Amino acid sequence: MTSQKPLKIAIASGKGGTGKTTLSTNLAAFIAEQQEVVLVDLDVEEPNSGLFLNGEMIHEEFNYKMTPQWDESKCTVCGICRKVCNFHAIIQLGPSILVFPELCHSCYACSELCTVDALPMVPKKTGILKEFSSGNLHFIESRLDIGEEQAVPTIAKTKKYAIGKFPDAQFTLFDSPPGTSCPMMEVIKDVDFVILVTEPTPFGLHDLSLAVETIRAYKKPCGVVINRYGIGNNDVIEYCQNENIPILAKIANSREIAELYSSGKLIYRTIPEVKVALNEILDYCLNNVEGGNK
Amino acid sequence: MKEIVIISGKGGTGKTSLTAAFAVLGGNDVVVADCDVDAADMHLLLQPDFNYSDDFYSGELAYIEQADCIRCGKCKDVCRFDAISVKLNRFTIDPMNCEGCGYCARICPAHCIRNKSRLAGKWYISNIRTGSIMVHARLGIGADNSGKLVAKVKDEAKGIAIEEQKEFVLIDGSPGIGCPVVSSLSGASFVVLVTEPSVSGLHDLKRVYELVKKFKIRAACIINKADINLVKCAEIEQFLAEEGIVHLADLPYDENFTKAMTQGQTIVEYDDGLLKDLVTDSWEKVKRLVREE
Repeated sequence: MTSQKPLKIAIASGKGGTGKTTLSTNLAAFIAEQQEVVLVDLDVEEPNSGLFLNGEMIHEEFNYKMTPQWDESKCTVCGICRKVCNFHAIIQLGPSILVFPELCHSCYACSELCTVDALPMVPKKTGILKEFSSGNLHFIESRLDIGEEQAVPTIAKTKKYAIGKFPDAQFTLFDSPPGTSCPMMEVIKDVDFVILVTEPTPFGLHDLSLAVETIRAYKKPCGVVINRYGIGNNDVIEYCQNENIPILAKIANSREIAELYSSGKLIYRTIPEVKVALNEILDYCLNNVEGGNK
Repeated sequence: MKEIVIISGKGGTGKTSLTAAFAVLGGNDVVVADCDVDAADMHLLLQPDFNYSDDFYSGELAYIEQADCIRCGKCKDVCRFDAISVKLNRFTIDPMNCEGCGYCARICPAHCIRNKSRLAGKWYISNIRTGSIMVHARLGIGADNSGKLVAKVKDEAKGIAIEEQKEFVLIDGSPGIGCPVVSSLSGASFVVLVTEPSVSGLHDLKRVYELVKKFKIRAACIINKADINLVKCAEIEQFLAEEGIVHLADLPYDENFTKAMTQGQTIVEYDDGLLKDLVTDSWEKVKRLVREE
């Protein structure tokens, strides 16, 4: 492998269950056989990458978001905080102010516009970040606490932690949440390249095309990996050709892969064709993707 | 009228395929709501006619009237979302980053920042071949999936169900445990969990069920691709038993799901064997359980 600028690659898909985590974990473990790689699980609602990797936990910290806390002794019940909150996270009940932290977007308007400093911002735990290490492979995940609704701040923080800790890693892979809305956008907005994992079915194609639209809004280059190749039809291939999107690799539909995956095993270690596919993906990234994006 | 929500935690377990099959089996008794608005797929199986459509606005978006701007930079100082940038002494707001909190507009000394409502997507009321109605939506590119569009789709479907005296609203939820899922679950009468016997299937099932428990909603579960891993399948069954979740069916790993999808059909229309029987039987059980609620 040639040395070049650090590459930040998101592994994403519109539709869930197409093989994002399978590709992320297998690619990371495969790269780690030869060089340093960072894998970051940003599917913070349902983080799964860790189920497929072994490593020693070397760091753990809580994730927080900042929310206002009412200080009754200072409050004059002027009502400004309630009026400036666009998210209805503050209500006034008689002489009391009630804060709903799960609705709060941490914009600080209520806190900073309060004339008597009665709503200081305090951290509220939203989840936990863990870092594991195993040889060349550094693995970082965050998981959202159940009942916490906003994934984006946790994704942003986890990404920052990973990049801050390993700024020069040749490869940083981000396992993205499914979908095409805010959580996925938060992942792709500062990567160099997006690998979209899809399956050759009508659902796969439909959600792929939505994901491509989102990626294009951010002007990011992308490539497609077709998983479960052989089922469904050829529409995904035709779509990629018409849209000039490179197909990086195809992974054949196989019950054996589904079985290995179900037990939490890395499939490329058993199935040589998958190793070939990983090599193709890696080659493409090294030769065609320009790194160093901020 | 009872609301049945189908969710999975993990994506790709067959949630939408099963919801669409239930919609066909339920026929005229069921109003369908596709609340997986971020990656809505059910229309590919039920071919709705997009009879009625409407724009959906949610939240706000700030913009700066350049003519009145005094370039003081206060807006940029207070923005916690890095949405305001300055180039050649011109302040602009990046709609992708703007959270719509309105803080900048409130403190602008020149009063030159306005808020406009943000177009978040479109929603539709359609006729479907089951003889009933489907409410669905499409989230706009770059729109935030805060759960408000989910709530809109659900409310419209409920309204129609009440007006037309339908017995059930069948809701296809989204993956994960965040805002859109919370929004799908709120007010539901019954939850059907769809999972698969894999390490991630079980992991995600446990997390999403913790959320369901917070809502105190009764749940049942279908294990799809059950024969892929018998050990994991037994673990899931044990989890269901411990939590008092009704185990509806074990469906075999079967490519007919994909073949049906490729034909634009549901599994109960395409398959004529075991799979059809198991799904039909599951729907009958769900109806019975929901009526008991």
